[in-house]
Amino acid sequence: MKLEVNDLACERGGHPVFAGVTFALDSGGLLVLRGPNGAGKSSLLRLLAGLGHPASGTITVDGRAADDDPAAFAARRVYVGHQDALKPAFTVAENLAFWARLQRGGEIADAEIDGALAALGLQALRDLPARFLSAGQRRRAALARAIAAGADLWLLDEPTNALDAPSLEAFEAALGRHLDGGGSAIVSTHVAVGGERGAVLTLGNAA
Amino acid sequence: MSRFRILLRRELALVMRHGFDSLMVIAFFAVAIVLFPFGVGPDPNMLARIASGIIWVAALLAAMLSLERQFLGDFEDGSLELLAASPAGLFPVAAAKALAHWLTTGLPLTVAAPLFALILGLDGDAMGTLMLALALSTPTLSLLGGAGAALVLGARRGGVLLALLVMPLFIPVLIFGVGAVEAAAGGYAVRPHLTILGGLLLMAAVLCPWATAAALRVANE
Repeated sequence: MKLEVNDLACERGGHPVFAGVTFALDSGGLLVLRGPNGAGKSSLLRLLAGLGHPASGTITVDGRAADDDPAAFAARRVYVGHQDALKPAFTVAENLAFWARLQRGGEIADAEIDGALAALGLQALRDLPARFLSAGQRRRAALARAIAAGADLWLLDEPTNALDAPSLEAFEAALGRHLDGGGSAIVSTHVAVGGERGAVLTLGNAA
Repeated sequence: MSRFRILLRRELALVMRHGFDSLMVIAFFAVAIVLFPFGVGPDPNMLARIASGIIWVAALLAAMLSLERQFLGDFEDGSLELLAASPAGLFPVAAAKALAHWLTTGLPLTVAAPLFALILGLDGDAMGTLMLALALSTPTLSLLGGAGAALVLGARRGGVLLALLVMPLFIPVLIFGVGAVEAAAGGYAVRPHLTILGGLLLMAAVLCPWATAAALRVANE
């Protein structure tokens, strides 16, 4: 898929957060969002995830405005925000399976869930209720959700928070496989992600 | 499998995991009803006369109990954002939540009501009407309550605000619900009352999920 963002501006509570953001992202492309706190990295990802409307500017997917068919765009992207959105009462696998089913509008094979869990080293925690997970494990489960969703475009907001070095490596590997497989990703981060392959978009501080 | 069914299955599974929420609602209903004979005295004639009113008010209050939690958990752990960002959108989310709420509170209340009506000495002929009227109007409560719960998301003291917001909207349901049971006990036609309750339900079924989805969208921004 080809994602194009043209002259996008965002306001929150009447205050401008950013303006004039323009970029294009092809299949296999990675865009790393950088900038100081409050520069609008999360706001940009939220706009792309369909949470809120841009103050001006356009988002197009394969040449069509994203607003024309929000559900079709939604089926092709997955968003991992600051919160991990795990239900404490469900097991890790059940949490993943629900979101994957909702994304696809159908069943998902256990093997696919297991594959997503294994990618982030969570297979041992498969049947553990999510309430027992540590912060880093929760983060990994949220990232495994992105893998299990099977969407083209990953929107990841600070995905590396709370991850230890081995998990960070596992995440890098999973991201690499996703991009090699023709997927694309937009990642906001304060650490280096994706090695040399990503384009970098630096958002200034509008305040 | 449609996304609505996926959402509904999740809601029901969550209620089952958390266990006794719907039992609590029934227990509250029972305690509230049992308090009345202590308050107004044990005269059977008096109790039989006000039985339908007691049952309806207790049912409304019991339904209120579990409303606040309807969206709060998803709001706090970030699930609501993901639901909004998902291909399903928020309308099926609102509809599935309301249906799950009814299945786990309204339906058990409807089934349990005749037992408590018996305790209060409600006329036997009115039992069927009571159940029918409750079956028609408890879904309305779940739907209206869902819209209210979505509106107060993120507000401090949301629970109190929710009660103030939603209780007045329950009044029409209360009037015609009690009316139906009184009519049955007095030997009058119950159909007009039930028809109006059905009408209220249809109106709520069309408007409330839409209003709830709009309120959730605001809460997410």
